Amino acid sequence: MIEFINVNKSFGEKQVLKDVSFYIKKGETFSIIGQSGTGKTVALRHIAGLFKADSGQVLIDGVDVGEANSFQLSQLRFRMGILFQSGALLNWMNVRDNVALPLVENRIGKKKDAYDRADYLLNVLQLDDARFKMPSGISGGMKKRVALARALVTNPEIILYDEPTSGLDPVMTSMIDDLILSTQERFKVTSVVVTHDMKSAYNISDKIAMLYKGLIVQCGTPDEIKSSSNEIVQQFVQGNLEGPIEAK
Amino acid sequence: MNGSQFFTVMNSEKNTLVNNLYDFLHDIGTEVLFQFKELGYGTIMFFKTVYYFKNIPHKRHEIVKQMYNAGVKSFLVATVVAVFTGMILGFQFGLEMKEFGMENRIGQLIMSVLTREMSPFVSAIVLISSVGSAIAAEIATMHESEEIDALVMMSISPVKFLVMPRLVAMMIVFPLICVYFTFFGLIGAAVISQTKLGVSYNLFYKYAVEGLHFKATYVGLIKSFTFGVVVTIACCTKGLNSEGGALGVGRATRSSVIVSFLLILILGFYITSMFYS
Repeated sequence: MIEFINVNKSFGEKQVLKDVSFYIKKGETFSIIGQSGTGKTVALRHIAGLFKADSGQVLIDGVDVGEANSFQLSQLRFRMGILFQSGALLNWMNVRDNVALPLVENRIGKKKDAYDRADYLLNVLQLDDARFKMPSGISGGMKKRVALARALVTNPEIILYDEPTSGLDPVMTSMIDDLILSTQERFKVTSVVVTHDMKSAYNISDKIAMLYKGLIVQCGTPDEIKSSSNEIVQQFVQGNLEGPIEAK
Repeated sequence: MNGSQFFTVMNSEKNTLVNNLYDFLHDIGTEVLFQFKELGYGTIMFFKTVYYFKNIPHKRHEIVKQMYNAGVKSFLVATVVAVFTGMILGFQFGLEMKEFGMENRIGQLIMSVLTREMSPFVSAIVLISSVGSAIAAEIATMHESEEIDALVMMSISPVKFLVMPRLVAMMIVFPLICVYFTFFGLIGAAVISQTKLGVSYNLFYKYAVEGLHFKATYVGLIKSFTFGVVVTIACCTKGLNSEGGALGVGRATRSSVIVSFLLILILGFYITSMFYS
């Protein structure tokens, strides 16, 4: 469904992605792990069409995201939902308006139906009480759930998660992991998760790819990653100070 | 120091000088290219915004909200600035005119100065400081907190969603505040004329009406309208192109104010010379 073929990306003189290639099957939960600043979010933004590869291709069902025109990109984005690290909720709108926004602004169906769908998702994500609150009045975990509701409101086939558990306490992290799994089960979506939380990655992933200095050092199932003989992967997953990865 | 050492030192100093000159020219070139890039971005964004005018009925509530934020919330500061500008003008011109025994005609001069130049220009400065900077800061903050990317991912054009309602609101608010400014500027000048120059309110009013020319009025309003357009586009461009976190928000806000000031000065001159030459 999603394919990276020899993708390279540089910002100025710094090459962030080097010949990155991987394949994500439909319905799979694929996690990209790695240190901060290794290009995980950059890879995710290529799928979203927010960045264009310097060379190589990012294909979604055979459509090259980098070469797509604005109409094709818009069509592709209708099939995607994204959960940004910060939640990226619009601060001047209440929770309910934020969730219904993609449907209301793009005039998909009637306004009432858009708000019914928003109410349904807020109910599923246990946010009934927060419907009329402003984003500044809810906790970090709730913001992530509201952002997830907004990502789900258009019935997407693909959901992109950018560090969904960063800055959350362990209980909230487990809750978000559970949400990702239940979303996967309930809505049959393909999920791409960028994280450096290994516990989370093991819990939710069908496949994990590790990025190090812009290169994919290993891609496999959680068990394969756990038992990897690669020194870089072992150091990262075990969180050791000693090893080839330099602490930044 | 022998001859060869002397030439080595001279060569290294020459290289440093050449490198510094190269860096200096490189920085200037980069800045010029950046400004041209932003000019192009702003121009394209303006035409895109005009294209989205078809969505005005759908965004009417947002437009009214922006008009309220920009207009109603600026009334107090605009009133204070207008009254004191009128008082300063009345005082300065009045003293000069008194020398020639023409202080009775102060109303005519104040009306002429306000409608032609001062009201569009000073009201624009007030709105740039209070509203333009706020627009740039708000959009830059949204950009930094990934809200603009979130809009793009929802297939919502930031130009349609953020820029268009602000532009329409400013196109209405700038001329309105200009008229409001003229009114309160005249009140300030009338008060100072009465108290300091001994010109009665009736006399002030009589000559003020004489100084009100149709051409000066519509040129002033055209100026205000144009200022509203360029200030909004400049501030939105700076906001949408900000980068570098909180520092970037500050930079975007500051440069939006500077660029807006420069643009209204330059455009003000060209509009005046276009209509009065």
